[in-house]
Amino acid sequence: MDKNMVTNARELTNTEFFYGHKACAGCGGSLAVRLALKVLGQNSFVSLPPNCMSAVGFLFPQISFVTNAIIAPFAANAAVLSGIEAGAKALGLKDHHVVGFAGDGGTADIGIQALSGAIDRGDRIIYICYDNEAYMNTGIQQSGLTPYGARTTTSPAGKNLPGSIKMKKNMFEIVAAHGISYAATASIGYPEDYLKKVSKAAQCESTSYIHVMAPCCTGWGFPGERTIEIAKEAVDCGLWFLAEYENEKFTLNRKPSSFSPVKEYLMKQGRFRHLGDDDISIIERHRDHKWEKMLKNWDS
Amino acid sequence: MDRPKVVKYKEPERAEDYPVGATFKAGHLVQTNSGWRTFRPIIDQDKCIKCLRCFLVCPDGAIDKSGESLEIDYDFCKGCGVCAHECKVGAIRMVKEGADEDGR
Amino acid sequence: MRMAGRKIFISGDEAVAEAVRLVSPHVISAYPITPQTVAVERISDFVEDGSLQAEYIHVESEHSAMSAALGAAAVGARTFTATSSQGLLYMAEVLPYVSGARFPIVMMNANRALAVPWALLSDHRDSLSQLDSGWIQVYCEDAQETLDMIIQAYRVAEDERVMTPMMVNLDGFVLTHTYELVELPDQAALKSFLPDYSTDNKMDLDVPKSVCLAAMNHYMEYMMKQELDMRNVESIIEETDREYGDMFGRSYGGMIEQYMCDGADAVLVTLGSVTGTARVVVDSMRSEGYKVGLVKLRFMRPFPKAEIIEIGSKVKAIGVVDKDISVGYEGIVFTNVNSALSDLDRVPQRLNFIAGLGGRNVSKAHIRDMYMQLLEVAEGKEKEKIQFVNARCEYNG
Repeated sequence: MDKNMVTNARELTNTEFFYGHKACAGCGGSLAVRLALKVLGQNSFVSLPPNCMSAVGFLFPQISFVTNAIIAPFAANAAVLSGIEAGAKALGLKDHHVVGFAGDGGTADIGIQALSGAIDRGDRIIYICYDNEAYMNTGIQQSGLTPYGARTTTSPAGKNLPGSIKMKKNMFEIVAAHGISYAATASIGYPEDYLKKVSKAAQCESTSYIHVMAPCCTGWGFPGERTIEIAKEAVDCGLWFLAEYENEKFTLNRKPSSFSPVKEYLMKQGRFRHLGDDDISIIERHRDHKWEKMLKNWDS
Repeated sequence: MDRPKVVKYKEPERAEDYPVGATFKAGHLVQTNSGWRTFRPIIDQDKCIKCLRCFLVCPDGAIDKSGESLEIDYDFCKGCGVCAHECKVGAIRMVKEGADEDGR
Repeated sequence: MRMAGRKIFISGDEAVAEAVRLVSPHVISAYPITPQTVAVERISDFVEDGSLQAEYIHVESEHSAMSAALGAAAVGARTFTATSSQGLLYMAEVLPYVSGARFPIVMMNANRALAVPWALLSDHRDSLSQLDSGWIQVYCEDAQETLDMIIQAYRVAEDERVMTPMMVNLDGFVLTHTYELVELPDQAALKSFLPDYSTDNKMDLDVPKSVCLAAMNHYMEYMMKQELDMRNVESIIEETDREYGDMFGRSYGGMIEQYMCDGADAVLVTLGSVTGTARVVVDSMRSEGYKVGLVKLRFMRPFPKAEIIEIGSKVKAIGVVDKDISVGYEGIVFTNVNSALSDLDRVPQRLNFIAGLGGRNVSKAHIRDMYMQLLEVAEGKEKEKIQFVNARCEYNG
């Protein structure tokens, strides 16, 4: 194994690079940022659009990023990353990482154009989407990555609608379709797997993308102590998956022999608690269809 | 313990003394987060097997692994309870703030 | 000492590209839009042939063009971008971002009408809609001035007392696509006029920083600082103009240029290429004995308030040619000129000529008519205060 790979807590530096922030207690997104920066280290240029992580990290004079960091315009996190990389290259800077963290909305909705441009150019940047399945910073509104049945403040559940009526946009495969050199899905419920993927991205000579599931206790409606448990369960019940795309091939990193019950995962969260069995069946059918395709077409 | 410390911030008295640009030095903490806690985690060092699970999953990075035993930075621990919930050997208890170590 | 340079026959867009090659930015990020395209095409040629050592980012939109420039500037790189019209408005979100961050990005804007209706020709509604974005704005009269101002823009913007982005405006097609003889400054001499860019206002691996941060409780003070610094810019523009004149033989008068204003009863205030036409009219009218003069407004931000007041104190009538309109009020330049003049005890008569919208021709005859009307209001006659010039049809004024 490469000496630069960080795959467990023992190999992880004790130094913190995202510290003293004002994220909610038990915030999954902040863990995704924290762990990635511990892999990438002090010589990182970090860019975030306006989202929870920038809101809680840049509150002058309380500055939580220990590395260099910038808030990018919402639609343009990837473009700012490209600019940083081009500037650093032109100035002859070496041994640095250019890494972006954007949420599901900042990636799959408003930020997708700039992300597509950056991947297309092959700019040497690491783009990490921390997915908490809604616009949390503005108060839990539906995004392109909000799953079916989730109650948000703009997809209320009521007599006529079950909450969100659409499935998640397939960002991982959209990114892969660019022919990107490295893309992966991850979850903070499987932190060692995530560390390994960030390490791989760090060694990539061109654009890399990691889509990490990072539950939001506030928006999803569960006690903060359960963030890791919920994240892990999303993978175990098959509603999320751990995979990689490299050398033009998809690989499933984790293939459960059986799924844990979807209903249990859903009922632990306030955003799904209104769902009846019919809706849960829709979610299960969609899951099964997705897995059927993945198992058929991807390596595992 | 090797964790960032709070520093004193002196507010500029004149607009001219503000930075050129919305820019400030990295890692500049003026406030702790300890006031957020309702419960505080306590590590039972006898039970702890130093697997570092708590260090890994703490969203705030408030658990330090540099010493002989794991140490919690109570200045920045928010008391979320992830560490206690994730500890495989039950070595971390959540105790109500203001109570003693036995919760009394 | 005056250094003579090589003269070449080029368009305004090509003059921009030549200037960019001379100042050699580290990063160029641009998205094509008519009529800016030739500028970015030539810059691409220079990057390809190696005569310009720069990273050229082929961004996928103007919003990303300015955002990538922001990222590059945020690590201390000298950057350039170029746009026009809809493109400028598409990047509008990022303009106050860059000025608030105090990154000295230089941008060329080919002035073009805003849709809808669509029109590709020049007016000033695009850039004037961004007066409040915190950028320095200069308007050029010809290709030579454009080349000189792109160079001077870097010197002004990167001055540590300024650290503010600058937009260099030139009229689409009238300047971007019209050829003229342009003198290129000597590159060696230029090195001493424009030293390499270096700044502390950046993300730095040795001194890490957070930039473009959130300052909810200090927002007002950051803005006060920005405004105070902008107030110093006028003297730095003038100092730069003088020094450039000494070295390269061309100076433009700083914030404004007064043409035949001494003893004038009536003056016209113009922005951009229409100034050239107005000069010819002033020459011929002066030879006929009319006391007319011309004020070429070069900078819209910072606004040359003191200069406008000084002119207002010595003339009887001022006309403002606006190649724009703030629908529901009047010409934007007119509003700004009026605001300055309001400090006078005796305000001269004023007329606002809304002209050239969507590139509508503004001929010598039209300008002569403006002067004749101004001379009449100077003598106490009444005229319609806000007028559309050279419209195809009548309207209820």
